Amino acid sequence: MASIEMRNIVKQYGDGYPAVNDVSLDIADGEFMILVGPSGCGKSTLLRMIVGLEDITSGDMVIGGKRVNDLAPRERNLSMVFQNYALYPHMTVFENIAFPLRLSKTPDDEVRRRVQEASDVLELKEHLERKPANLSGGQRQRVAMGRAIVRQAEAFLFDEPLSNLDAKLRGQMRTEISRLQRRLGITTVYVTHDQTEAMTLGDRVCVLRKGKIQQVASPRELYEQPVNLFVAGFIGSPPMNFLPASLEGTTLSTPFGPIALDEQRAAAVRGRDLLLVGIRPEYFEDASLVDEAKRPLGSTFRARVDVTEWLGDSQYAYIPYEAPEAITAQLRDLSRELDSEELRTQAIVSIDSTSRIREGREAEFWLDSRKIHVFDPQTGENLTRDAEAGARLTQMATEDRVEQVEHAQSTGQTVSGQSSGPSGAHRATA
Amino acid sequence: MSSRSKVWWVVGGVLIVIYCLFPIAWIVSLSFKAPSDISNQSFLPTDPSIENYSTILTGSASDLFLPALRNSFGICLIATAISCILSMFAAYAIARLDFPGKKLILGTALAVAIFPVISIVTPLFNLWRQIGLYDTWPGLIIPYLSLTLPISIWTMSAFFREIPWEMEQAAQVDGATTWQAFRKVIVPLAAPGVFTTAIIAFFIAWNDFAYGISLTSTDASRPVPAALGLFTGASQFEDPTGAIAAAAVIVTIPVVVLVLLFQRRIVAGLTNGAVKG
Repeated sequence: MASIEMRNIVKQYGDGYPAVNDVSLDIADGEFMILVGPSGCGKSTLLRMIVGLEDITSGDMVIGGKRVNDLAPRERNLSMVFQNYALYPHMTVFENIAFPLRLSKTPDDEVRRRVQEASDVLELKEHLERKPANLSGGQRQRVAMGRAIVRQAEAFLFDEPLSNLDAKLRGQMRTEISRLQRRLGITTVYVTHDQTEAMTLGDRVCVLRKGKIQQVASPRELYEQPVNLFVAGFIGSPPMNFLPASLEGTTLSTPFGPIALDEQRAAAVRGRDLLLVGIRPEYFEDASLVDEAKRPLGSTFRARVDVTEWLGDSQYAYIPYEAPEAITAQLRDLSRELDSEELRTQAIVSIDSTSRIREGREAEFWLDSRKIHVFDPQTGENLTRDAEAGARLTQMATEDRVEQVEHAQSTGQTVSGQSSGPSGAHRATA
Repeated sequence: MSSRSKVWWVVGGVLIVIYCLFPIAWIVSLSFKAPSDISNQSFLPTDPSIENYSTILTGSASDLFLPALRNSFGICLIATAISCILSMFAAYAIARLDFPGKKLILGTALAVAIFPVISIVTPLFNLWRQIGLYDTWPGLIIPYLSLTLPISIWTMSAFFREIPWEMEQAAQVDGATTWQAFRKVIVPLAAPGVFTTAIIAFFIAWNDFAYGISLTSTDASRPVPAALGLFTGASQFEDPTGAIAAAAVIVTIPVVVLVLLFQRRIVAGLTNGAVKG
């Protein structure tokens, strides 16, 4: 187990295109770090540079206090789960899992014991003699994980490990990976483009865009205190709504009526002609269902609903709005970059599932103005970000992690490597 | 497919099989005819005899045939083995590495393959006599390599390209050196390709006549196809047709056995299950 430090890592391809550009990132020992971003943002390249499958153009990669830039993958002692599993089809499941041990010339009975332990953890015991071709997708995935946990690696690296599974299995394996990581307490770097995985698994999430780090923070901080337009739009589903606005006094005038800002936030955004207001769908509500006590904390407005989607536990309403050409173009660029296709300027609004608001009618909405963010349309910067509040959220997540790791390791599922040293990343079979 | 077109496919298939196998059946039938029976005007021998086989295996032609058989086996197996090993490395490099001149190597291999054998036989004959390779095993093995290597490199690199890159990267992350990854992961996965290539290479060497007849002169290295051409009848008025037919049947047997033996290994699709299904 080790920490991973990246200092000014750059990856430049032959044609001079920087796939990863000046990335500095510290991953603490035992931390679960997520690399997330739209396709082509350099997250996989970064992971492959950590494991050594990709050369580093410049910068330092330090694992466990040792600079590993010039070490071959096998000398770095990391284990990796590939997107397509990369199992060895000519070997049985047992031999697949045992492969790293065989290469390190581990004695036979030790190999058998460790593979047994790993297969117990992953519930692969009855499949050990089968070939990968005869396994289901989820089983193959578990074999790939078995191969990763069977030896004491310094860290686990996952390259979109769940993207080939169907939705139900993906959910299962997600919790499985989370539990396993807590139990083993091993530093983990996990690449994904799926934000559910990013939000649920990560202690911290690193959002990448075009090879550059946008923000590294706990999922909660990313959600509540995004650093810029990109992070705000990437995290959250349905995505944050962006409305054009201009400031008059301390009041923002938007297509959904005036929104009052407190003095501090108004001061932060003053001096710009055009602003973008970011409002998450759940900050809206059907005005008729809002408590009288809560009402003054936000503003109400009337708008015509285009479409509603009733999902049982929640309901979404789509409200089209007019925006200046410049803003429309910019939002279109943003959504293209986020791999989503937003065709029209419309707000997605989450309302209570009991709301009687219907399509095509005009209705009254309430919006909670306390949690909105205001962005500079030119630079994308979040003008109202409360860095302190954000740091507090990430601090809380760090404390949670320590607690969870202790809990996972003290509840009978001890990691033998923790107590007895060299035997490493395995649950003592109880 | 409708049942009507299915019938046509079957009929067509049978016709093609008959067309292809008829000459072989004829050779087999000829090999069982006694010399006096050769021109009996019918497909089947009137009185099947194994006289031709005893002629070439124990009788007068055995001095010519048996050493030739031994030479053919030895030379072809060695040539096949060398060509497989060389082309395995070459194909791996071509499939995996990016180096200048990659296209040139493949192009040259193709050029060598289409170069007519007969045009280099005469220079080779002179050269081999000068350096003492004439009428020796290496004297045939080397030209056979020039016949088998191009096709081996081409087929093998096609097989290597099919093996997912991740296999090897996974092995490297698991702690394998490049050589270990090649030996423990890539070669077993490429095994069907290696067998296919080996069989093709063996056939090419086994069937060669031009080099065999030109670069040898004695039992020391003369292969079977050349020996067949030197068979003589019992008298100068008699053709050795029966003996040649019998020898032809015998040299076909190893080829058939090889194919049957490795048929199951050749079946591709071993990589099934390596990656997502």
